[in-house]
Amino acid sequence: MAIEQSRRDFLGMAFGAVSAIGGIFALGAMKATWDPLPSVMAAGFTTVDLSPMKPGEFRTVTWRGKPIFIIRKDGTDLKKCDKTDVKVGGGDYLVRIGLCTHLGCIPAWEPQNKKFKCACHGGEFDACGTNIFGPPPRPFDIPPFKIEGTKLVLGEEGPEYKKIVGKA
Amino acid sequence: MAHFSKANSIGEWLDQRLATKKLWKVLAAEYWVPKNINFLWAMGVVLMTMFSILVISGIFLLMYYKPDVHLAFDSVNYTIMQEAYYGWLWRHMHAVAASVVFLVIYIHMFTGIYYGSYKQGREMIWISGMLLFVTFSAEAFSGYMLPWGQMSYWAAQVITNLFGGIPFIGPDLVIWIRGNFYVADSTLTRFFMLHVFLLPLVIMAIIGLHFYSLRIPHVNNQDGEDIDFDYEAEKYKNGQKRESKVIPFWPVFISKDLFVVGVFMIFYFYLVGFHYEFAMDPINFEPANPMKTPPHIYPEWYFLWSYEVLRGFFFDIGPFKAMSIGLTAFGIANVIFFFLPWLDKSPVVAPAHKRGAFKYWFWILVIDMIILTVYGKLPPTGANAWIGFFASITFLALLLVVLPIITKKEAKSVGGAA
Repeated sequence: MAIEQSRRDFLGMAFGAVSAIGGIFALGAMKATWDPLPSVMAAGFTTVDLSPMKPGEFRTVTWRGKPIFIIRKDGTDLKKCDKTDVKVGGGDYLVRIGLCTHLGCIPAWEPQNKKFKCACHGGEFDACGTNIFGPPPRPFDIPPFKIEGTKLVLGEEGPEYKKIVGKA
Repeated sequence: MAHFSKANSIGEWLDQRLATKKLWKVLAAEYWVPKNINFLWAMGVVLMTMFSILVISGIFLLMYYKPDVHLAFDSVNYTIMQEAYYGWLWRHMHAVAASVVFLVIYIHMFTGIYYGSYKQGREMIWISGMLLFVTFSAEAFSGYMLPWGQMSYWAAQVITNLFGGIPFIGPDLVIWIRGNFYVADSTLTRFFMLHVFLLPLVIMAIIGLHFYSLRIPHVNNQDGEDIDFDYEAEKYKNGQKRESKVIPFWPVFISKDLFVVGVFMIFYFYLVGFHYEFAMDPINFEPANPMKTPPHIYPEWYFLWSYEVLRGFFFDIGPFKAMSIGLTAFGIANVIFFFLPWLDKSPVVAPAHKRGAFKYWFWILVIDMIILTVYGKLPPTGANAWIGFFASITFLALLLVVLPIITKKEAKSVGGAA
């Protein structure tokens, strides 16, 4: 009786171990299948030439499917922020991911009021990208960028980007 | 092996092999339902009917729908709506049923709350029902994405972004759920899989559990009376049908049920034929554009109350950010009803109008949820924002604070009789 019992215990434990290990590998495979594909990860770079932009001009470019807001602020009375503005070839630019930090709607740039306004839940941001009203919990996010001459490479972390976000 | 004799009919042949007579008795002919109920007890069968309509209309939509960002919008708005014979009918039936199924779910749910059908042994009925509510919500959300219009896209954007609020893993989790840095083709195709296969499968399994959970505690009745079902069933089978407090599901109860289903179906097809537009938002007839948010976005009516709780907290309180408070309140609102059997501390099973303070609690809750629903659709500015804030606070207070207090008092007054 005692022997039979321990033999059954062994069978139970053996099956438990096999199914636990199998289960962990299966979950790992399922998680990985849901991950973004390598092609999606690789297509994450956008290059923008900033030299044709005029003072006060507002542009939206696409990076990783997200809008990137760029405003050239030198030569205008738009609020400047030395710590977070991007300086390329003598120009002073705001470069931000144009998604409201509340729930990801795209705010509109209102040049006459010098601010961004989000239609979804009323959030507002100033010309430095700082949240000034409503539910957004933080300023616009800064996309990783690298400066190459007058060009901005979005998706790569250059020294200027690291300096702004405090990673240097 | 069992002994098989020659069968005289196909029915007898099947009965010998599958015990079909016994199965039928257990499932229907001798499944007992109290007599003392009203039309609100027919909502379960109405829901079953609506779910069947959703599955059947869904099958026909599936024949032409294409889960690809370049093809989805036209496959719905051109191929299904204009080319396929009766494609418009299946789409309108599917959209209207998806909307009214929530109306019936809410009626079903509030009937359960009104008559105290969630406690004293009926907890698993309630919990399995709430699981169905949650899976139906996921099913509705994933389905709403498929036509790939502006509302589909931005609902997907906002809802998937909610997961970003989870501490530490949030931002990575959002990318993982979407399969891209933004709501993209990968997102559409995986939510298509969830909508047409995995979630319906889970829903069907939980419906099985929900039905099974009724077997032992049985259906409640209008007075919360504790009926001895075995005793009453014996009476019925002995011919004392008038004296017995129960009736068999088949054919007695179902005949009344099907009458209610009939009335409901007239209402439903009236909506499908003449008022489908409430389930077809005009903004969604503009193709999805990741670079342009529509000026005013809102969820379908059945999600408005919890959406209003999410955005009701629009200012920071102390060290807590408005967004974190809103997300936390939204999280609580979505799971709080699961705990109803334990938030109600009273053993009394009776309709609300016989339960004193509970009656007022019930109707205040209903009114508060209607206010949340109405204001959930209005722009959150000025006075609207404050009404939303107070209605959200009231909702949380009613369930987390008021209910335990009044039901504790009630339990004391009946002397802990149970």
